[in-house]
Amino acid sequence: MQKRLILNPDLLSITVNRLCHQLIENHNNFENTVLVGLQPRGKFLLDIIVEHLQDLAGVKVTHGYLDTTFYRDDFRRRDTPAKARETKIDFIVEGKKVVLIDDVLYTGRTVRAAIDALLAYGRPEKVELLVLIDRRYSRDLPVAANYVGRRVNTMDSQKVLVQLEPTKQNKVWLINEE
Amino acid sequence: MTQLSQKHLLGIKDITEKDIQLIFDTADTFKEVINRPIKKVPSLRDITIANIFFENSTRTRLSFELAEKRLSADVINFSASSSSVKKGETLLDTVNNILSMKVDMIVMRHASPGAPHFLSNHIDANIVNAGDGTHEHPTQALLDSYSIREKLGDVAGKKVAIIGDILHSRVAISNIFALQKQGAEVMVCGPNTLLPKHIASLGVKVELDVRKALEWCDVANVLRIQLERMQIKYFPSLREYSLYYGINLKLLESLNKEIVIMHPGPINRGVELASDVADSKHAIILDQVQNGVAIRMAVLYLLASQPGA
Repeated sequence: MQKRLILNPDLLSITVNRLCHQLIENHNNFENTVLVGLQPRGKFLLDIIVEHLQDLAGVKVTHGYLDTTFYRDDFRRRDTPAKARETKIDFIVEGKKVVLIDDVLYTGRTVRAAIDALLAYGRPEKVELLVLIDRRYSRDLPVAANYVGRRVNTMDSQKVLVQLEPTKQNKVWLINEE
Repeated sequence: MTQLSQKHLLGIKDITEKDIQLIFDTADTFKEVINRPIKKVPSLRDITIANIFFENSTRTRLSFELAEKRLSADVINFSASSSSVKKGETLLDTVNNILSMKVDMIVMRHASPGAPHFLSNHIDANIVNAGDGTHEHPTQALLDSYSIREKLGDVAGKKVAIIGDILHSRVAISNIFALQKQGAEVMVCGPNTLLPKHIASLGVKVELDVRKALEWCDVANVLRIQLERMQIKYFPSLREYSLYYGINLKLLESLNKEIVIMHPGPINRGVELASDVADSKHAIILDQVQNGVAIRMAVLYLLASQPGA
């Protein structure tokens, strides 16, 4: 197994910083905007962004977590069933601008499921997508992100590993499995 | 662990403590789903479930049907009273006929203990036991434990008294297995005639005095007297039963401690539970009913999500 670092802690923090500025550019004071992290791993990126926006713009952005397990299209087709995680959306989605946040955009199927799951909470005015890593040329569905941290060209045999847990250093690797 | 150890849910006896925890964790997420504006997820949209009820039921059947519909499954209902069973068809023939219409899961209630176990040896579809005679009622026991967990934080270490007609109760047997697997202490309490002879061999305490049982327990699960299953008289009269075993607010308040009152329904008000208790803050009876839908969604979802199922 080969592991190549594509974002080290410094670069990653610059990237997140840029993403936050782009969000501020488009959403001003976040009056009508909510951020929604996709479980399980988008949650970590969301937490970092929410904290950063607080420092940058002094706003406490309304945010929540969304689990897409029950909306996935690979139910019964996986080797091991996916474990459902907590969904926590304790605000009204109706009429809001929603930014979905995830660590990696790959086939686009999770995002498709997330949009479905989100609509169960109401009709948002607009839905945007923010990802840290966009794996180019590997989409199964016509999905594109509005805010992208880093675009990488990958093959199906490769994996992107994002480490954003609060207790560890933030890093992103590209993994080649032999 | 993300999947159940069993292909069917026939009884609590067959499943592990880990299975129970997995069902509870999954039910937590479904409980959130059923409190959303749109109370429905598309998980089981390619699955057809047959609810086969050879015995009457209101709560369990509605609860299963709601659970199935909130998972977007296709549902067909079947009750024995309006079917060809009356014309002499066997259980296996009835079920095989239903299955040949491409049904994926069977939810069955039957008056004979072991009927779903028999069926599981002959068919491929997943089977959920919704009560088999006086044997087991696994989803009821799961929702009871889940409600205890929700109310008291944990099941382990709690003292639970099951009070009433233990002899005819599948709820009691399933609850004993479920509670013991999770590390709770269990006591059964009722008139001698309504306690099975060797019940103590399951490792439960036996108590004849309802006051002593209530003084001992954190949770009292009160059962209905199942007159329809009684061919002989087990006690002189309902009035006398309610005098000795009925629980009223006066009795509860004289205990100097808080206990949680549960009842699997249907309640015979004024017999095992007085109205002032059933409607009081001690009772979590309606929470049990709400949790029933979440638990059944979790069971159906986990059974259906097994690979190759």
